Amino acid sequence: MAEIKLKDQRDLRLREAEQPHSPVARFGMDEPLQLDAGVSLSPFQIAYQTYGTLNADRSNAVLICHALTGDQHVANVHPVTGKTGWWESMVGPGRPIDTERYFVICPNVVGACMGTTGPASINPETGETYGLEFPVITIRDMVRAQAMLLDRLGIASLFAVAGGSMGAMQVLQWAVSYPQRVFAALPLAGAARHSAQNIAFHEVGRQAVMADPEWRNGRYFAAGTRPHRGLAVARMGAHITYLSDAALHRKFGRKFQDRENPTFSFDADFEVESYLRHQGSTFVERFDANSYLYLTRAMDYFDLAADYDGVLANAFRGTPTRFCVVSFTSDWLFPTSDSRAIVHALNAGGARVSFAEIVTDKGHDAFLLDEPELFAIVRGFLDGAGRARGLTR
Amino acid sequence: MAEAARGDGGARLDHLLVADMVEPGSRVLDVGCGDGELLKLLEARGVDGRGIELSREGVNECVAKGLAVIQGNADTDLADYPDDAFDYVILSQTLQATQHPRVVLEHLLRIARHAIVSFPNFGHWKIRLLLLFKGQMPTTANLPDTWYDTPNIHFCTIKDFRALCAVAGAKMEKAVALDPWGRPLRLNAPWWFWNLLGEQAVFLLSRQG
Repeated sequence: MAEIKLKDQRDLRLREAEQPHSPVARFGMDEPLQLDAGVSLSPFQIAYQTYGTLNADRSNAVLICHALTGDQHVANVHPVTGKTGWWESMVGPGRPIDTERYFVICPNVVGACMGTTGPASINPETGETYGLEFPVITIRDMVRAQAMLLDRLGIASLFAVAGGSMGAMQVLQWAVSYPQRVFAALPLAGAARHSAQNIAFHEVGRQAVMADPEWRNGRYFAAGTRPHRGLAVARMGAHITYLSDAALHRKFGRKFQDRENPTFSFDADFEVESYLRHQGSTFVERFDANSYLYLTRAMDYFDLAADYDGVLANAFRGTPTRFCVVSFTSDWLFPTSDSRAIVHALNAGGARVSFAEIVTDKGHDAFLLDEPELFAIVRGFLDGAGRARGLTR
Repeated sequence: MAEAARGDGGARLDHLLVADMVEPGSRVLDVGCGDGELLKLLEARGVDGRGIELSREGVNECVAKGLAVIQGNADTDLADYPDDAFDYVILSQTLQATQHPRVVLEHLLRIARHAIVSFPNFGHWKIRLLLLFKGQMPTTANLPDTWYDTPNIHFCTIKDFRALCAVAGAKMEKAVALDPWGRPLRLNAPWWFWNLLGEQAVFLLSRQG
């Protein structure tokens, strides 16, 4: 690995990209990652977290795939934000994905910024951060890298792969790319392809980043700047798409922020404005702007049926994997119709599939939140799969 | 349904009757699987069972039990299954609630070689008398909903169903009439008799030819 030359030692996030607070698997020049873009990435590294213990016959491994702005810190305190893990309600001792029963692995995806190689990593050829010289990556590239990590860890087959949103895309890609390695798959709030509307939202976010003069064509680390304003605006816009009209109204309504009357200015008069600004400003502290460009692009390119003449069912034909597909009523970003399309294809492909739609007003983010029905479904599905797999309690 | 009669093992008698019609080890789709009780019984007999259920509560309960059940509806979702995807399709007490019973029945026999269909018999003597003497749409313990809020929009009698089978090209392998508690009427009787005394009926059908 390249010598790490940090211009600003206080930049926690940049340090996390190279020397994360996580175990790291390093792949040298002899083990390149072949990318869909037609190039390969090497050397590269994958940062990951594990929880629980791998059993003697290595049959209890569960892979968690994180979403766009998630990372490997599923169920531990985040090293940058100090907050609890992003899925602690789902993953942990006695939780639905029970770490006393399963060996849980969560890698940071390729292209991200929490220790797996991405645009914020040092390009060994230049000694500078990659920036836009980083190759464009796809969901399939992420999954291919994860398969290399599992090879390294000696895990031939996974008991389950689970994830929401971009994580669900990886789950589906896992089941299609490596059907024999996936016993059970849980794509939550996902889709087999990114919709035109979602590509459109992503494009707005990317343009916000690129319109920030501090972005410097992606070379902001070298320039000693950060496109925080652009990235914050991208996050604010995206955050609205993760919620719902009803949830925003319930939480904020038209309430004013710390004031009785409007100020007749462009101050954050409304609570909802103040909330979004907060979401934007905290996000930029932990996320790299170029990573945001690359990961949104990877989601845009995702279309599982494309390799199967547009027939999604053919992607799943004869699959041995059992699936549990879950959607949420108020999710308008990855609506139930997207999940239903997956279910129809799985049925047509002869797969063993369960599908539940959960009633909630919390929007797309519901998969991350406290939804007792979701917990019961995940627990029940994994219990059933565990019996079929012969996992003992 | 009136409190269903149960056998020694605790299973509902009408479920046992259906389960006995299914060859062990076969692939079964239960359309309208409710809380999954019949699917559980079938899986215990080594059947590879799948389910479709309209109510979210039912689906979520089934999935939490580890059953492969999806939320869906007989009118719209059967079309997505390929031909011969299953050995048996079960449609319990649901046909009368579908928009297009004939289309549904044809789909059943397309996606599986055998279909097991149960339904309430509107030709039962009590229902006939209620209509005759009260002059109102009948309601019974098993069919308690008034005409304006019932999900059952296509009631039929056993005789009517036999006519539908003929139209849809379904061959009747077996037919059993049940009493209000789901117990089979163990008697050898002509069809008109069953149509009068059976409160429900279960048919095992197969594709013609």
